[in-house]
Amino acid sequence: MATVLLPRTLVELFPAAGGRVDVDARSVGDVIERLDAAYPGMGDRLLDAGSRLRRHLLLFVDQERATLDTAVGPRSEVRIIPALSGG
Amino acid sequence: MVEEHMFYYAVERNVPMATTILLLVGTKKGAFVLRGDAGRESWTVDGPYCANRPTLHVNADPQTGQLFAGTAGIEQWYSAGVWRSADLGKSWTFSDTGLTYGEGEPAVEKVWHLMRADGAVYAGVEPAGLFRSDDGGQSWEHVHGLRDHPSRPEWMPGNGGLCLHSIVSDPADRRRMWVGTSAAGAFYTEDGGATWEPRNRSVRNLDEPILDDSAAGCVHKLISAPQGSGLLYQQNHFGVYRSRDGGASWQEISAGLPSDFGFPMGVHPRDGRTVFVVPLDGNGRFMPEGRAAVWRSRDAGDTWERLDRGLPQEHAFTGVLREGLATDALDPVGIYFGTNTGQLFGSRDEGETWSQIVDYLPPILSVEVAVV
Repeated sequence: MATVLLPRTLVELFPAAGGRVDVDARSVGDVIERLDAAYPGMGDRLLDAGSRLRRHLLLFVDQERATLDTAVGPRSEVRIIPALSGG
Repeated sequence: MVEEHMFYYAVERNVPMATTILLLVGTKKGAFVLRGDAGRESWTVDGPYCANRPTLHVNADPQTGQLFAGTAGIEQWYSAGVWRSADLGKSWTFSDTGLTYGEGEPAVEKVWHLMRADGAVYAGVEPAGLFRSDDGGQSWEHVHGLRDHPSRPEWMPGNGGLCLHSIVSDPADRRRMWVGTSAAGAFYTEDGGATWEPRNRSVRNLDEPILDDSAAGCVHKLISAPQGSGLLYQQNHFGVYRSRDGGASWQEISAGLPSDFGFPMGVHPRDGRTVFVVPLDGNGRFMPEGRAAVWRSRDAGDTWERLDRGLPQEHAFTGVLREGLATDALDPVGIYFGTNTGQLFGSRDEGETWSQIVDYLPPILSVEVAVV
């Protein structure tokens, strides 16, 4: 199972998820599908209407910058990092 | 689901019998709902709602009692979309389903205006376009006809972006609608949105009046007299205007106002000749000389009077944005406006006297009223 680390502002929208979720997935896209199945609506917070990663998000798999196609291993750590924004 | 016909009217005068007044306030940091008693004297404030997203408009659906809030997006966790509440603001559900121009087209960045018309709920968005929902805001469908207009490549954004911010329906013929954009001007349809034509003749654009059917002109707010019949008004970047023929021609009615610049415009719910504007200094976009006032005309814009009793008369360098003024339908009519410095003012006597309802909200982007 890969471990997904969720940012605090996303956990505020899905308190049941907590900050850390274990998922069985082969790719980052897979991870998002599993997260959405477990916490309905979370997929829409991560992807835009065109199913692309939202513009303000960065994803890392085992500390390497990742895309939706990046492979995820059984012991991978997936981090979702939102951009800081002011105003 | 709220019971249908939750807005009760005394039939003979079309005056609602108030038990509670809701002020629906959109701000830069979310939506607020204020509840006033029947006397419009004391108010409670609830919010912010809508995940603190910039909320450009909050409105009530008079048929279902559902509330809608349009928000800006792209950044953060939410795209631009529409929040809806079936319990007068206690809980909200977000949807952006269908709010897209499709692959390869620009993303919808803001929902500027929400309005029930022609049997559906309509959303005006940025970049300028119109969407409709036939399922109470769960999903949206693009009204292609407007953006299919051949003028679209020439549509120019205004300072606030290329937005569709006004949706007006004709109560006498629900297939007739007008929309106002900044800065592609006003458009008209008489076939429920399938085809549109510009309606901007005689409106000034910069220094020159528009003499043809160009899709041009910086409409700030477009409204209709309550009975319809083609009596329209608009506050434009360059003046205040009246049309008696559904926008086929416009007459400027700015004479007598301290400035021809401003954003919102409101109309009396039972007298289409009584209108309200908030003139602003065109450079600073604040109340002229820092003295707050609403201006009222009782004769469809031929003459204007200044209404400022109870409003701050010094250092009030504040502005009111295009959705920032609303009228209720009680007798006498209540008028409300919110400022971009977070104050909300109200009048229970058609503008004669004013008092501050709340202070220290985030910058106010919109105000609407619902009587329940």
